[in-house]
Amino acid sequence: MRTATRFTGAVVAVVVLATATAACGGGAAGSGESGVVRASWGDPQHPLEPANTNEVQGGKVLDMIFRGLKRYDPRTGRAVNAVAESIETDDQQNFTVTLEKGWEFSDGTPVTAKSFVDAWNYGALVTNNQVNSYFFQYIEGYDDVHPAKEGAKPTARTMSGLTVKDDHTFTVKLGQKFSQWPETLGYNAYAPLPESFFTDREAWLRKPVGNGPYKVDSYTRGQSMKLSRNENYSGEDKARNEGVELKVYTDTNTAYTDLQAGNLDVADDIPASQLKNAERDLDGRYVNQPAGILQTLTFPLYRKEWQGEDARRIRQGLSMAIDRERITERIYHGTRIPATDLTSPVLGAEGGYTEGLCGRTCAYDPKRARRLIEEAGGLPGGSVTLTSNVDTGSHRQWLDAVCNSVNNALGDNDACKVRPVGTFADYRRDIAAKEMKGMFRAGWQMDYPLIQNFLQPLYYTDASSNDSGYSSEKFDGLVDRANAAEGPEAVETFREAQKVVLRDLPAIPLWYQNGTAGYSERVKGVRLNAFSVPVFTDIEVA
Amino acid sequence: MPESHVRSHPEEPPAFDGASAAPAAGGLGVGPVEDLVVGDGSGRRATGRRRRPKARGLWADAWHDLRRNPIFGLSALLIIFLLLVSVWPGLIASRDPLACDLSRSLDGPAPGHWFGFDAQGCDVYTRTVYGARASIAVAVCATLGTALIGGVLGGLAGFFGGWADGVLSRITDVFFGIPMVLGGLVFLAMTEAEGIWPVVWVIVLLGWPQAARIARGSVITVRQNDYVQAARALGAGTTRMLVKHVLPNAVAPVIVVMTIALGTYVALEATLSFLGIGLQPPTVSWGVAISDASDGMQFRNAPHILLYPAAALSVTVLAFIMLGDAVRDALDPKLR
Amino acid sequence: MGRYVIRRLLQTVPVFIGTTFLIFVMVYALGDPVAGLFGDRAPDPGTAARLREEFGLDKPLWQQYLLYLGKIFTGDFGTAFNGRPVTELMATAFPATVRLMLIALVIEMVIGVLLGVVSGLRRGRGIDTSVLLLTLLVISVPTFVTGATLQFLLGVKWPLVNPAVSTRATFGELLLPGLVLALVSLAYIARLTRTSVAENARADYVRTAVAKGLPRHRVVTHHLLRNSLIPVITFLGTDIGSLMAGALVTERIFNIQGVGYHLYQGVLRQNSPTVVGFVTILVLVFLAANLLVDLLYAVLDPRIRYA
Repeated sequence: MRTATRFTGAVVAVVVLATATAACGGGAAGSGESGVVRASWGDPQHPLEPANTNEVQGGKVLDMIFRGLKRYDPRTGRAVNAVAESIETDDQQNFTVTLEKGWEFSDGTPVTAKSFVDAWNYGALVTNNQVNSYFFQYIEGYDDVHPAKEGAKPTARTMSGLTVKDDHTFTVKLGQKFSQWPETLGYNAYAPLPESFFTDREAWLRKPVGNGPYKVDSYTRGQSMKLSRNENYSGEDKARNEGVELKVYTDTNTAYTDLQAGNLDVADDIPASQLKNAERDLDGRYVNQPAGILQTLTFPLYRKEWQGEDARRIRQGLSMAIDRERITERIYHGTRIPATDLTSPVLGAEGGYTEGLCGRTCAYDPKRARRLIEEAGGLPGGSVTLTSNVDTGSHRQWLDAVCNSVNNALGDNDACKVRPVGTFADYRRDIAAKEMKGMFRAGWQMDYPLIQNFLQPLYYTDASSNDSGYSSEKFDGLVDRANAAEGPEAVETFREAQKVVLRDLPAIPLWYQNGTAGYSERVKGVRLNAFSVPVFTDIEVA
Repeated sequence: MPESHVRSHPEEPPAFDGASAAPAAGGLGVGPVEDLVVGDGSGRRATGRRRRPKARGLWADAWHDLRRNPIFGLSALLIIFLLLVSVWPGLIASRDPLACDLSRSLDGPAPGHWFGFDAQGCDVYTRTVYGARASIAVAVCATLGTALIGGVLGGLAGFFGGWADGVLSRITDVFFGIPMVLGGLVFLAMTEAEGIWPVVWVIVLLGWPQAARIARGSVITVRQNDYVQAARALGAGTTRMLVKHVLPNAVAPVIVVMTIALGTYVALEATLSFLGIGLQPPTVSWGVAISDASDGMQFRNAPHILLYPAAALSVTVLAFIMLGDAVRDALDPKLR
Repeated sequence: MGRYVIRRLLQTVPVFIGTTFLIFVMVYALGDPVAGLFGDRAPDPGTAARLREEFGLDKPLWQQYLLYLGKIFTGDFGTAFNGRPVTELMATAFPATVRLMLIALVIEMVIGVLLGVVSGLRRGRGIDTSVLLLTLLVISVPTFVTGATLQFLLGVKWPLVNPAVSTRATFGELLLPGLVLALVSLAYIARLTRTSVAENARADYVRTAVAKGLPRHRVVTHHLLRNSLIPVITFLGTDIGSLMAGALVTERIFNIQGVGYHLYQGVLRQNSPTVVGFVTILVLVFLAANLLVDLLYAVLDPRIRYA
């Protein structure tokens, strides 16, 4: 049995060794390279292509390494020219785009009209499997490169609406009038792509090359990305730091803890329940500011029991039974703001955000709620379910809180039941298959800061995210008119259209979601843009 | 290994003979005779004689020992109390567990609410009392199911060995491979049933392979003992041998693992609920309370929301560990 | 013995087929993964169909399975939905997880057996009760609480370690996560050893050894422990699996992209290549561990023989 003794000896040695290395390796928090911002990151869900990224983590990088024709000013949310010198139209349908001269990709090749047209054609072509293809649907010829029917082959490889005039000019013909179209061009999907992307996509994906304020130095997938300031950047928003190091975290709580330990400079998306700790832990070094995200409870109007005037009043009653003030304060510690319309405060008043448009419907009034529902014959089947996926975000808490609020208002503990779904994919599948029975969560993160984006995709007949199956001729007509109108008139018409939705109430506005981030003592100037992504170019490192 | 083997062998054979001698006595029914001499309960002698004077049998013996054990009494009392509370929570809690007032979210103790409030503003005391039912039901049912399926399959595999072991053990291996999250999601997505049963089944489905391996290992050791071989030589039937000789001697590790598993199953229930595939409101449970408390480290601000459900869970696990210990002691003839 | 080992190795084949098929069916039963790829939007039918075709989801289940098996034998484990080859994920996940598991295994073996022996020899005394209380604490406070608390205390409050494990995931960094991961198993091992030791302490061979005048520590290590270890070894064998696949919570808290983490992501995104690929390797590890345990039985108790 001497081997056993020897084994024990070896074990002890391992433990001692491990302890020793821990003592040396750990301890003093790394201070980071000088001038470089260390920020938290999540593994992007899709390969980092502009037209294939539809979530915040991938968007974070694209925002740093690309500039499109326009960019959204982080302060005002307005679209301002970036690569574009001008985008002109006479009829809201044919646009002439002129590029500013001198823009280069970080590999030294020039940004030309072709860089845009090729990138857009690539993004739209169905065989390239880009999840953001639909962004190009307004351009004429989209149906040929991206047939709507499942399994249909594309009949063209490029969209007929795009024509290169010269190195710095191209024209765009839309399939219909869309006055605000130039304002959408700040979205990542419209970024230009360099020649190297088309010659060797695999190599490009390993180390993306763009024309933004930063360039990628190294990228280890699933782990980290090092970016440094692009010295050849031609835009106005030049980086005020040497670079950014993005570190992938498995959990936002872990990133937050690492921030406290001094291993990280910026951690965005602090979990709401940590925010109470953050005030104390970070000594005020955190931001909590509006982002273009609206949470609603949507109803399956495709089901009989949710149609008709009585059902509408029941929905109204349910809306009044939800104590938004208290839930946003107690559960979310002010990182959500009770919603009073169907847009977002980031649009600003001139962009179409109207505080209080929802009126009494969105105000907590348990007595009226109860009366409305009783007068309309009570909840269909005596109770209503509240469905959401629970694998992402901490949805559990507010689901419970909303149901408790409804139950308290109606004086019936069985009135509202939470029905969680295990995975997001499963949840989306149920929605797409129109299998919802009661209320369900619908979060909407805007693609671009336009009132159109909060209304048309969600409530237009058969639109891509019209999960409730809502259809109103009046609303559709107003949206069509708004898209043909110009400037303030367009916004005003959209506002009218929104009133129609708020009266029919296919969805109850819940709250506007804020972006949150904490930062270290090393950095200053941390703020988030309207997409809840940190504005890295503005961060200064002490 | 070989060298040490050779060296240690000379000392070991007598040791092993001795080891098997003691249980052999108990197993063959010689034990009780010896016991009668040292024993004290006269009534017990009478009952033993009335049924079959030759041997009262190990199980009756164990039951007798159990009754004398103060630890058993204590744990039984605790478990009875917990069961009573599970069935009639109203006995010690007068409030409605679903009456929650968000404005008191995470508030500390207040008159009439000595345990404070949870994140939803519900009374922690009431929720803890009402949580007993689902938590204990899930834990006990899942433990019994796991022990039964795992014990039987693992025991048979260990007892018969050979190709039976091969088949049963490899089936166990296949189930071992199922990740908890996947098993839970699939099972709960497919069953429409509400309440505790889907959760119980998921835990049994995922838990039985471990119980089977433990039981198998234990039976393999016991099978080699001389008293089992002796019983076989004496022509004992397979069933008789299993029930009389193998089971009582092999059950200890299974009991130990299952009493601890009972506690971890409550934690597993919490994890499943957290993933949206476990118990759902309005069902109240300790697991749900514990996982809610952990969301975003809320317990840093309000430790009471974690403390009380965790304490209730501790007491329950303690009761069952003590019970398991007492049962095991009673089944061990060497302790007589 | 040799023939036994060969037979066991041959049995690996049906287990491998059984497990991969079972997991394949289960992931398939979860539904359509493509629906989750488009965020809060209904997938556009054209792109969705293309994606299904690319991932082979448009074929019947048995065909998908056979295709997958065929590819595995050429070493191609497929790609995760974010475009990374599954083998690449494995290459980073398994080393980290194996290191984590080894640390946890050593901790639970050394501390667990030690506590078990001490409390088994001193049944009913103070030390026994303390170990019981420790067991209760570990069981009733789940890993996500102990993990997050220890991380906060040792990483932020008294900065002794880095709270988040770096991508290198060295042994030193994994010490704290390993301890957290080991805690629950520690309780099992301590209780199992205690029971076993208490049972065997009264055995005649121990008395014989004591009577022979052998020193106490020799009696404990050579006679008592050796005969008490079989249930502990069995448990350790089963625990290797849960330490590797079930380390999800620990891995998430300490930022380790290990096997549990990728399995969880794979299941949530319903990506069969990831899930089946990882489970396949895991099953091979279980089988090896089980075989090793069975062989150890024979070493610890020479009466157990395999033909």
